[in-house]
Amino acid sequence: MAMATTSKDIAVSVSPHFDVGKIRQDFPALHQKVYGKPLVYLDNAATSQKPQAVIDTVARYYTIENSNIHRGVHYLSERATLAYEEAREKVRQFINAREAREIVFCRSTTEGINLVAQSHGRNFLKAGDEVLITAMEHHSNIVPWQILCEQTGAVLRVAPINDAGELMMEQFEKLLTEKTKLVAVAHISNALGTVNPVEEIIRLAHRRGIPVLIDGAQAAPHLKIDVQKLDADFYLFSGHKMFGPTGIGVLYAKSHLLEKMPPYQGGGDMILSVTFEKTVYNVIPHKFEAGTPNIAGTLGLRATIDYLDGIGMESIAAYEKELLEYGTEVLSAIPRLRLIGTAKEKVSILSFVIDGVHPHDVGTILDREGIAIRTGHHCAQPVMQRFGVPATVRASLAFYNTNEEVDTLAAGIKKVIEVFH
Amino acid sequence: MISEIEELYQEVILDHNKSPRNFGILAGATSKAEGYNPLCGDRLTLYVKMDGDVIRDIRFQGSGCAISVASASMMTAYLKGKTKAEAQKIFERFHRMVTTGTNGDAEELESLAAFSGVSRFPVRIKCASLSWHTLKAALEKKKEMVSTE
Repeated sequence: MAMATTSKDIAVSVSPHFDVGKIRQDFPALHQKVYGKPLVYLDNAATSQKPQAVIDTVARYYTIENSNIHRGVHYLSERATLAYEEAREKVRQFINAREAREIVFCRSTTEGINLVAQSHGRNFLKAGDEVLITAMEHHSNIVPWQILCEQTGAVLRVAPINDAGELMMEQFEKLLTEKTKLVAVAHISNALGTVNPVEEIIRLAHRRGIPVLIDGAQAAPHLKIDVQKLDADFYLFSGHKMFGPTGIGVLYAKSHLLEKMPPYQGGGDMILSVTFEKTVYNVIPHKFEAGTPNIAGTLGLRATIDYLDGIGMESIAAYEKELLEYGTEVLSAIPRLRLIGTAKEKVSILSFVIDGVHPHDVGTILDREGIAIRTGHHCAQPVMQRFGVPATVRASLAFYNTNEEVDTLAAGIKKVIEVFH
Repeated sequence: MISEIEELYQEVILDHNKSPRNFGILAGATSKAEGYNPLCGDRLTLYVKMDGDVIRDIRFQGSGCAISVASASMMTAYLKGKTKAEAQKIFERFHRMVTTGTNGDAEELESLAAFSGVSRFPVRIKCASLSWHTLKAALEKKKEMVSTE
């Protein structure tokens, strides 16, 4: 065990079977210096680093496997098609979907939400209907619904959050009415780290016959996802936030919903036959995958799932819980620092502000210490407004981060306070 | 050894950030402009009172990072009594200094030369120049909000 032995002030127990030193060896990007300091990468909620296995998979595809899918009869095309569909099956297992055809590959969580808004929303919502979201959503789970509302005359409703950054369930339930036609909620808040009670949210909505979309972009790298247990109607996540490539995302939707939804984009691969008079669309999920997809990204996503399976999402969650507890204790002990987002249920995202220092200045000073964090509104401006801050500093930790890195962050913050006070 | 951080956050900049000069609404302003830097959420309103071609008084309001607040504060202190043409000329010099790091203009820039360290931090250039872009809009009496994007 290479870690946690220098955390002098606060006693921590570390998962005995979780060898973070060994895991770090799998991520080449972690072993570099910036400004002459070892990189401390704490911007995982923006995007995560990639294990060598994922990088190798993508490189191998372009080196020797490159071919289009669902088209050629030749060897490489057959192999690529097979691998692509195996990736779909891998994703099905990863989130425990009923069938592989319920897995639609898209560009990102953002694109998936837009797909649902434009295909499902635009066809099944009308003027006066309501879409219910929460006050902690990322812009990607706000703006697509605003666009939909402009197009259909539907109304966007927002369930409030409390001072800890938790969804206020009583108010949420009150906002579920006969007008509500869709609920769209983040599984985990990117700005606050709050884990929403999505199972309960879905149960309450389903009791009234309302379908629920879950934005799982921040959940996929932290939690075991089971879409059947949740009974989610739509569930979305992105490859790049879970140690996979950029440009690949997943839309899970129940097959009966996908069957009823019209195509989002037209093009190749999403058709069975085309004449100038009539086009017959392909079956699901292909109906929603127009054009040549991100094949390398899809194979990379499969590799990242294999990698995560090798460690186990339960082990990851257990280790990150300790990391979060340690980080919370260390940061809370710094005078003038205020944590934003103190939900009882949260993942290893530490958003904070420092009295008298703008987050952007914090970010600049930490950067020169080799510490990569995010400053700003985190694409969640309404959350910033809710807490009355223009921006926060956000350290978002992954399972390859260590208590020593938390200590480095704390030392960097103390340096910031020295400069400014 | 003076680090790049110390060069960026010079005493005078920290001081103007902590106690911004010419802060608040300007009664009788002849023009006004708003500036916004979406990257860090810096937001400021600049009030200018012109007397012919001379900037008789200038004040600002808003919030932002240390660099943007200090820049607005020092800019207003510097510009009082200057002509529009002088202001435009000094903006060009200031902009050249924070983008390229050339110190050739330091003498003319006087106190504003404190911002020379900004050039080593490319993402912070917008913070330093926000108040100046806003000034330009106020002098040109543009109605819409100025954004650094």
